[in-house]
Amino acid sequence: MNEMRPIMAKVGIIPNADGSAMFSFGKTVAIAAVYGPRQLHPQHMQDPATGILRVNYDLLSFSVSDRKRPGPSRRSNEISKMIEWALIPVLNLKDFPNTVIDVQIYIPQADASTRVAGINAASMALAHAGIPMKDLVCSVSVGKLDKELVVDVDKEEEDFKEGEGATDFPLAKVAHGDEFTLLQLDGKIQPELISKALAMASDACDEIYEVQKKALKGSVGE
Amino acid sequence: MDTSNLSKEFLSKLFSDGKRFDSRGLLDLAHVEISFDVSSKAEGSARVKLGKTEVIAGIKLSPGDPYPDSLDKGNLTVSGDLLPLASPRFELGPPGFDGIEGPRLIDRMIRESGMISLDKLVIKKGGKVWNVFIDVYPINDDGSLIDASAIACVAALKQAMLPELNDDLRIDYDKEAKEKLPLSNQLPLSFTFFKLGKNIILHPTREEEEACEGKVTFGISKWNGQYMIHSGQKGMASPFSAEEIGNIAKILPEKYEELCKKVNKFIK
Repeated sequence: MNEMRPIMAKVGIIPNADGSAMFSFGKTVAIAAVYGPRQLHPQHMQDPATGILRVNYDLLSFSVSDRKRPGPSRRSNEISKMIEWALIPVLNLKDFPNTVIDVQIYIPQADASTRVAGINAASMALAHAGIPMKDLVCSVSVGKLDKELVVDVDKEEEDFKEGEGATDFPLAKVAHGDEFTLLQLDGKIQPELISKALAMASDACDEIYEVQKKALKGSVGE
Repeated sequence: MDTSNLSKEFLSKLFSDGKRFDSRGLLDLAHVEISFDVSSKAEGSARVKLGKTEVIAGIKLSPGDPYPDSLDKGNLTVSGDLLPLASPRFELGPPGFDGIEGPRLIDRMIRESGMISLDKLVIKKGGKVWNVFIDVYPINDDGSLIDASAIACVAALKQAMLPELNDDLRIDYDKEAKEKLPLSNQLPLSFTFFKLGKNIILHPTREEEEACEGKVTFGISKWNGQYMIHSGQKGMASPFSAEEIGNIAKILPEKYEELCKKVNKFIK
């Protein structure tokens, strides 16, 4: 129950980007590209006090069973903003005034937990772009099926209907700190189970961190 | 728009002493007032005052096609817009993130709590189902918009009546509605905890809210005799520690009971 699907991670998948990465949980695949820090246009959005992080997350149209209509949706808007807030705490945006760091995340194949796969990919892509970071961000979703907590929810689990039904509880944290940078929740979960779920996510994040680190180290050689 | 460092520091110090401008404690709820019948054309509507914040919500129902993945259920859509009517901070135009954040959280809270018996909203088996549209708008923004909006949506649902249909399944507004929208006994409510430094506050005013660096919203109800969290979302850039989230989860049930009491005074 605290076992994740097989994880794969790779960096440098998009040569045009300043940094890029792929991260997968089983059949869920996320790809991310980082462009910047670069000058922010339109100019009136520039902030002389700090750089800004701009995240765009979306599912590709063929990534899900019923074709997803291309273009932004309320869902993708919300998730993009959540991911922005999940990544900002590890960046020193104040070092890059007037600029933007653009992070593009797309999901070519979805089997639930897409936003957390996206965060893992984006965090690696930022590091691959050489942007100074305090730490990596690691992310996983904890699920609750009826009364049981599990990590790394897949689509079949997400659609579980018996008993107390399915709860999806995506989380992200700073790899080496007790700092949760993303928390969303959808379902039915007793308040007293929240701390246990956070601890499970924390353990899973330790494993994810090792995979991210290995992929990043591999990209620079010995 | 941004809070000055000066007022941020001042509020931070005030919170550390457990004090607030309006003499409430950090986790004290704001005063709640609910009234109904904002619009006689809506199937149900409510106006909520939470402190100085005021919001209105209305329910419209219409026959429609079910979603392919839920043929035997009605549809729920929660939307809203931050009207420039309510604050000098809001601007006309398609809703941005701030405008969709609340409605999406309230949608998840109401849907997952099972407050609306969506399975009883099938008009014709294999055919039409009821669309439930909840729209919520701020009238005066003084902080805590999501929590106030959630109360308004739930209160409006409690009043909602199913309109009468003609033989061709069109609504006949000339006929008097006799049947209530089928609801369960759940009363889901939303709580957004705001964080400034190490201090966590509930029901902030606009000034307090803008000084804060992090927030987390939870939607909770009592389901089969136990408290259940249905929706959650952390917002803003400041992270939360496991202990902070654990503590919030711990006080949620008591805050829920407290607000329930206030809300139930107005809802029959």
